[in-house]
Amino acid sequence: MAVKVVTPGLSTTVQDLGRPGYYHLGIPLSGGMDRFALRAANMLVGNDEGAAVLEAVFLGPELEFTSAATVAVTGGELPPKLNGEERATWEAFPVKSGDRLSFGFLKAGARAYVAVSGGIDVPLTLGSRSTYTLGALGGHEGRALKAGDELPLGQGKGSKGAIPANLRRQPGNPAELRMLPGLYRHRITAEAGKRFLADTWKVAPEADRIGYRFKGGTALDFVPREQPFGAGSNPSNIVDACYPYGSIQVPGGTEPIVLHRDAVSGGGYMMLGCVISADMDLIGQLQPHAPARFTEVTMEQALAARHDRQAALGRVRAHLGL
Amino acid sequence: MAQILSPLPGTFYRSPSPDQPPFKADGDAVAVGEVIGLIEVMKSFHEVRSDVAGSGLRFVTDNEDPVMAGAVLAEVS
Repeated sequence: MAVKVVTPGLSTTVQDLGRPGYYHLGIPLSGGMDRFALRAANMLVGNDEGAAVLEAVFLGPELEFTSAATVAVTGGELPPKLNGEERATWEAFPVKSGDRLSFGFLKAGARAYVAVSGGIDVPLTLGSRSTYTLGALGGHEGRALKAGDELPLGQGKGSKGAIPANLRRQPGNPAELRMLPGLYRHRITAEAGKRFLADTWKVAPEADRIGYRFKGGTALDFVPREQPFGAGSNPSNIVDACYPYGSIQVPGGTEPIVLHRDAVSGGGYMMLGCVISADMDLIGQLQPHAPARFTEVTMEQALAARHDRQAALGRVRAHLGL
Repeated sequence: MAQILSPLPGTFYRSPSPDQPPFKADGDAVAVGEVIGLIEVMKSFHEVRSDVAGSGLRFVTDNEDPVMAGAVLAEVS
């Protein structure tokens, strides 16, 4: 029982819900960038929600199955084709031994999640099957897939069903990313803070699993200061600090970067705040050049949004009878 | 009229580097598998190869333009 990689796509990796607990040692969370879609894909094929799946970005892989299984593709609109025949996204479909799964051009979003019944059964590394490519850790040999790879599958029971569009979530246009202002906000002027929120930013082409860089907005004006001991000379530099997952750093005050699942754990750039956990999935579905805006929320609003996302997952489970 | 589509979203470049001439000019002939440009995404550059052959290549996407996956980069007659 295995999946053979015929062509790997642009950067297809094994991901589950991630590897929490080691960030203080510099090992990031990793895991799916769109965890809602990852969980949904697993639910559709009868897996545990945290089973390992394939995350494909922008360009799908071509895969061959060596045994019968159930497959579902969720996340961005990357149209699956079974032996050349189009299949729906967000819907479970059976495959037979020898069947080939390929993909058409990406129509919306950025990342697709390919779940196979039984899950991708690579070894656990520090409690997770997620790939952290920068650290060559986890997943399949610590790297993105290559042609000729063979991925073992677990024992699965399979399932049926589909998740309708009203139970999914797509980023708006522009995407609205809610943020909790924080830690180093005092470093920029009040006027710069307002402009940061008023501007429409665009995803830079270099955005990846480590961080999503945005450009096209106004450069930040900093409050003058005396350079602290241990901080760099640029006004955006701070004495090295921990970087939270979701934190928005602005090197040089020009292009904000939101750290994502493969984030570096610390460094010397000021952070304006953090994108709230409820909106991190949306970032994973933003294509290069996609417009986005940041809006400020309070901690109460952030926690309410987190509850809303949990409720949305609950609706998917209820719809599938789980 | 055949079309050459971008397989990826990103930024389209017509030459291998800023100080080099474009891979192809309007009106050039193109063969299957020939590189017609690059797409930059996620800190790397990916060659776009023609999957058609023809005598008259005409670019419809400009150098450094943002593109979506499936966008028409050039037409071939």
